[in-house]
Amino acid sequence: MRIIKQKRLGLILLMVAGIGIAVFFGLRAFNDNLMYFFSATDVIEGKSPKDHLFRLGGMVVKGSVIRQPSGLTVRFVLTDMAKEVTVEYTGILPDLFREGQGIVANGKLDANGVFIAQEVLAKHDENYMPPEVAGSMKNKPAETQK
Amino acid sequence: MFMRFIYKFSSPPYFYAISGKMLPWLTALFFLLLGYGLYGGLVTAPADYQQGDSFRIIYVHVPAAWMSMFIYVVMAISGGIGLVWRIKLAEIVSISSASIGASFTFLALVTGSLWGKPMWGAWWVWDARLTSELVLLFLYLGVIGLYNGIEDKRTASRAVAILALVGVVNIPIIHYSVEWWNTLHQGATVSKLDKPSIHIDMLIPLLVMALAFKVYYVIAVLLRCRNELLEREPNGKWIDELLEKVK
Repeated sequence: MRIIKQKRLGLILLMVAGIGIAVFFGLRAFNDNLMYFFSATDVIEGKSPKDHLFRLGGMVVKGSVIRQPSGLTVRFVLTDMAKEVTVEYTGILPDLFREGQGIVANGKLDANGVFIAQEVLAKHDENYMPPEVAGSMKNKPAETQK
Repeated sequence: MFMRFIYKFSSPPYFYAISGKMLPWLTALFFLLLGYGLYGGLVTAPADYQQGDSFRIIYVHVPAAWMSMFIYVVMAISGGIGLVWRIKLAEIVSISSASIGASFTFLALVTGSLWGKPMWGAWWVWDARLTSELVLLFLYLGVIGLYNGIEDKRTASRAVAILALVGVVNIPIIHYSVEWWNTLHQGATVSKLDKPSIHIDMLIPLLVMALAFKVYYVIAVLLRCRNELLEREPNGKWIDELLEKVK
């Protein structure tokens, strides 16, 4: 009786381990497809798609947001702390959009290497604190972002 | 020693009696924790520096998401115990957890969606975190469907345990999805080795709410298990004795 139970337990552990390994290799094989967005470095190095829409993620460089005097078109620079890509977007930005904020834009590169976005999503970070605490450590909140 | 305790606790009459005694206490504890957690989260916790008051949905969203994973692990482990030691109560705990877990997963997805629209600008995105949590919901629904599809409940429990154990692989994927891949969903705030990146006044109500959800799960699973026990062996001798006592 004891042996049967040990055998069953062994089989179950073997099954879970086997599936774990299979899924691990499966996910590794599809690693690139599971990425939600490309970084600025990927775009500069030409890893991003040329002819269809893709998502570009990064942080809005401080002082880079330029709004056109008329209309809703806005231009800003996205960085992954290594390389930078200029983004142009016409439309309403999410409330959380600001300089130093992480965002994800969906769009395409034009001939000049400017990313023409059709949609902009804000990515908020994992830090939660009251405004007065955020104010007292103003110098560093954005750097903790991934 | 441990197994002897498990065997004793899992005998239906013993379990039925002791769970009946525990339920009123657990219910009182649940309302206490829920009241404190909701008051702390909605009233005393300060507003967030970026998200303002909208971040308060965290007090439902995060505990629900934690529970969705926790209950899945409980379901798989008790299913595994049922498979190896053929303990009836373990099988019952396993299947009774499924619909509670599915509800928490649904709650996590819905509150996440309501949070995503104002903050990210989208109700839903197909990033790794959201997709793996949706897969978890489908796993729960698969477990419930498979169980109800098989007539003999002991055979059904064994089949369901295998499915639940196969799906366990999804749990680390959900947790680490935000680290392994680029996602729109932000990284972990509380459950990481580093110090939690949330202000202490916001963290305490969150942990209390998580505890309240956990106690709620224990209450719900005990109630469901008691019903399932009565339903599975309606002619059991211990039930007759129980009825005698009530009279």
